[in-house]
Amino acid sequence: MPMTTQAQVLELLDSVADPEIPTLSINDLGIIRDVEVHGTGQDIHVVITITPTYSGCPATSVIEADIRDVIGRAGIQNVSVKNRLQPAWTTDWITDRGRQRLLEAGISPPACCASHPLPDDTDVVCPYCQSHNTQVLSRFGSAPCKALWRCSDCLEPFDYFKPH
Amino acid sequence: MNKILEVDQTRFELLLRLGDNALILGHRLSEWSADAPALEEDIALTNVALDLIGHARLWLAAAGQAEGQGRSEDDLAYLRDVRDWRNLHLVELPNGDFARTMVRQFFFDSYHLLLLEGLACGRDTEIAGIAGKVVKEVRYHLRHSSNWVIRLGDGTEESHARMQQALDDCAPCVPELFEADQIYLDLESLSIVPEIHLLKSEWEHQVSGVLAEATLQMPEILSAHTGGRQGLHSEYLGYILAEMQFLQRAYPGASW
Repeated sequence: MPMTTQAQVLELLDSVADPEIPTLSINDLGIIRDVEVHGTGQDIHVVITITPTYSGCPATSVIEADIRDVIGRAGIQNVSVKNRLQPAWTTDWITDRGRQRLLEAGISPPACCASHPLPDDTDVVCPYCQSHNTQVLSRFGSAPCKALWRCSDCLEPFDYFKPH
Repeated sequence: MNKILEVDQTRFELLLRLGDNALILGHRLSEWSADAPALEEDIALTNVALDLIGHARLWLAAAGQAEGQGRSEDDLAYLRDVRDWRNLHLVELPNGDFARTMVRQFFFDSYHLLLLEGLACGRDTEIAGIAGKVVKEVRYHLRHSSNWVIRLGDGTEESHARMQQALDDCAPCVPELFEADQIYLDLESLSIVPEIHLLKSEWEHQVSGVLAEATLQMPEILSAHTGGRQGLHSEYLGYILAEMQFLQRAYPGASW
């Protein structure tokens, strides 16, 4: 029976897509805080600690179910998924690969560091023509994490991932 | 031992107050779904509603644990009767027109943000953890409602008049925000909640700044609607619960 390591579990988790933005894996999203592997063989127990994103985001419970599913298909049935609220999730934890994947999917990644209490979003890039000449249409969008913007050069509307 | 039980009971009450405000206002805002004046606003109001219902879930789950009777967040949301609800009168106020909804939201968001910032630095680590998470969402709510108050107050003659009327409608619910009963004072002495007089003066300072920019007048408050935290509500709450709880009451344990 091969050993299962933390790195292998992390690799499995990389195939779990965010249900709202499937171009991102949950690793890209930066919600995995900790992976513990206890025991070996039949007695293996995996504990995954995640930090949920938005409080009301319906994706949260889907992500939990998908994690169990992916780990289960790798032959590990004993999986616990724990939530850790503190420190709160922030878009600063989205990985560089995640930001790149957002851009490729037509979603502008957060323009500034979220540690500022209420970011001004002054330098939002258009994912289609890379112009920085953009304007906000609505602070709320198709998902809790997104706002609706428009490019003033190519005139395309686009989703903006809000700094949070 | 008794001391610990008392603290648990006090925490339970606080968690219910926080959860009930979020859930009732979230429900109210969800009534705008597919009915808002513009598509963007429809999306905004339902997003805020979704955030608040998410907050309610966190607070009520924690309340169930603090109570220790095995009640889940769903039990607390769907199986309590009017007298057991701890929300403020402000959040059960009907939506009215868009102006009323925005003034109600602005009053609540301003209070909510200050309260959460205080809780996030408070001594109760579980409550501080939840507050530290949800406060980030509430900053967006307040920016949204403040912007509308300014735009509509300092807008047309019609929008200004409607906003002034909305202030008259919502003002009687303001004194209740800053009423400190024994439970609040106990929590204050444990450094779990922010000091009520600071909360009040900061709220007044911030709200008057936005209202001045909106060219609106805060009306004189002649009568106050209070008692929500003790379970004394307006008739509106009963109608909200009838709609919100119907399914679980008619089909106990239903799920999908």
